[in-house]
Amino acid sequence: MRLALGLSLLVAALFVASLLSGQAPVGAKESLAALIAGDGTPLSVVMREIRLPRALLAAMIGAVLGLSGAAMQGYLRNPLAEPGLIGVSGASALGAVLAIQTGLSLMFPLALPLAALAMAVLAVLLILMLAGPRGASITLILAGIAISALAGALTSLALNLSPNPFAAADIVFWMMGSLADRSFTHVWLALPFMAIGAALLASLGRGLDALTLGEDAAQALGVNLPGLRLRLILGTAACVGAATAVAGAIGFVGLVVPHLLRPAVGARPSALLWASSLGGATMVLAADIAVRELLPARDLKLGVLMALVGAPLFLHLIYKTRKEMA
Amino acid sequence: MSLLTLRDLTVRRGDCPVVDHVSLTVTGGECIGLIGPNGAGKTTLLRAALGLLPASGESTLAALPAALRARAAAWMPQAREIAWPVTVERLIALGRIPHLPRGARLRPEDRATVDAAIARMGLESYRDRIATQLSGGEQGRVLIARALAQETPLLIADEPIAGLDPAHQIATMEVFAGLAREGRSVIVSLHDLGLAARHCTRLMMMERGRLVADGPPGEVLTPENVDRVFGVLAYYEQTAQGPVFQPMRVTR
Repeated sequence: MRLALGLSLLVAALFVASLLSGQAPVGAKESLAALIAGDGTPLSVVMREIRLPRALLAAMIGAVLGLSGAAMQGYLRNPLAEPGLIGVSGASALGAVLAIQTGLSLMFPLALPLAALAMAVLAVLLILMLAGPRGASITLILAGIAISALAGALTSLALNLSPNPFAAADIVFWMMGSLADRSFTHVWLALPFMAIGAALLASLGRGLDALTLGEDAAQALGVNLPGLRLRLILGTAACVGAATAVAGAIGFVGLVVPHLLRPAVGARPSALLWASSLGGATMVLAADIAVRELLPARDLKLGVLMALVGAPLFLHLIYKTRKEMA
Repeated sequence: MSLLTLRDLTVRRGDCPVVDHVSLTVTGGECIGLIGPNGAGKTTLLRAALGLLPASGESTLAALPAALRARAAAWMPQAREIAWPVTVERLIALGRIPHLPRGARLRPEDRATVDAAIARMGLESYRDRIATQLSGGEQGRVLIARALAQETPLLIADEPIAGLDPAHQIATMEVFAGLAREGRSVIVSLHDLGLAARHCTRLMMMERGRLVADGPPGEVLTPENVDRVFGVLAYYEQTAQGPVFQPMRVTR
């Protein structure tokens, strides 16, 4: 309970800090007053139309990435699993890249996230077909690897064949992942998918706890494994697909956050679900503030910063694991 | 009352039957030892009976819906899997999952059952230890306690005493025999025929997928059966301290 309260307070504080972070040199009190008043002044427009959706997206994306990471690790009983494993983030990125490459995204702004979502759906159908209704977790991993590889190859092909250097640059920058210049349209687009996905994943707690004893024992405890796997795939796909569609590829959240919080919840997979969603929101909110404060003039990409922070953290985790094994 | 009935249960791997038309009935108050050489089909029989493997024929347990089955029989697989570093108490409490209403936490009666399982396996001093850091034999005892906490009329355990020290092997078999005296039943596969002869009320002997003998230990562990199925010659006597069964030498 202390952990839940602490993480919630941290998320709330970072949410407010995110609202106050930006290029306009205005005091905190003024900004928040303008946000609440909504009186049509330039400041209130900035607060309501730019900073609020950005902070909301950071919290939402962080929460669902942390949640799906915890669910994926719980299901595969492997601390190195991450939500991108089933190939949905790669496929979603491919959809976005195709929208940029074909120029569709210039014709109407929602083309990009919609194409990304469509690709994510396609990837899920492909995964369900490949992994079969009754297969073990290993078939899921293999199907995910195959789809990731295919999506990666097609993304490279799109880059390779891009009509002009500007499109190529657009693609590369988009793939780095960012929350800059997002609007409420993006929030409303992602919200239903994330809500459904999060609800599906949140329902897995008891089954994931039982899986601590292995697939056989979990089934004998009354867990419907094929059903659990279906909810995991659909939930993760909805969460990760929507997150990638609106923000690009943001890695390491789903991998590092559950790993960091596992000792704090006594390693219980069910408790790790909510803890990781709060932890993920904390991490992405903090990183999105950092990209604005560290190099305000240079548009540092969120995905880049996340990888820069995440990779050393991950190395530290490996080092710790190695010490425990020795 | 029958806790488990199998009729012509058959599991094929390709064309080869791994379990071949096995029929049996388990009633309350039995401590059953499932014996047979490696590869005789003991694990496959138990998993198919629980509905964890596709099989032809009939199993009353496999026919139950998953939620009901989890309250009818507990299963301890041979592979001692503990995926996360949870405490012993938490791991044992996983056995309560089939009894908890949706979304509920452990109720006082669940905690009492967990405490009873811990006491039964003599694990009081391990309660707050991290399960993954225990030795193999200790993990085995914790997982038996987990299955006991499921509080089912039937407990099915696949080689639960493998890797335990002699005192804990005997103590565990006594726990199983005690469950049978309370009217519950246990099916336990094991390779220690001496312990099987001493503690089980009934033995089921498997050979190449078939159930070749089923009855009280004295009727199953005949010199002919033991020679034909296991290929050993054994010393088997009723002594003042109970039955003694000791394999002596290989016959082929």
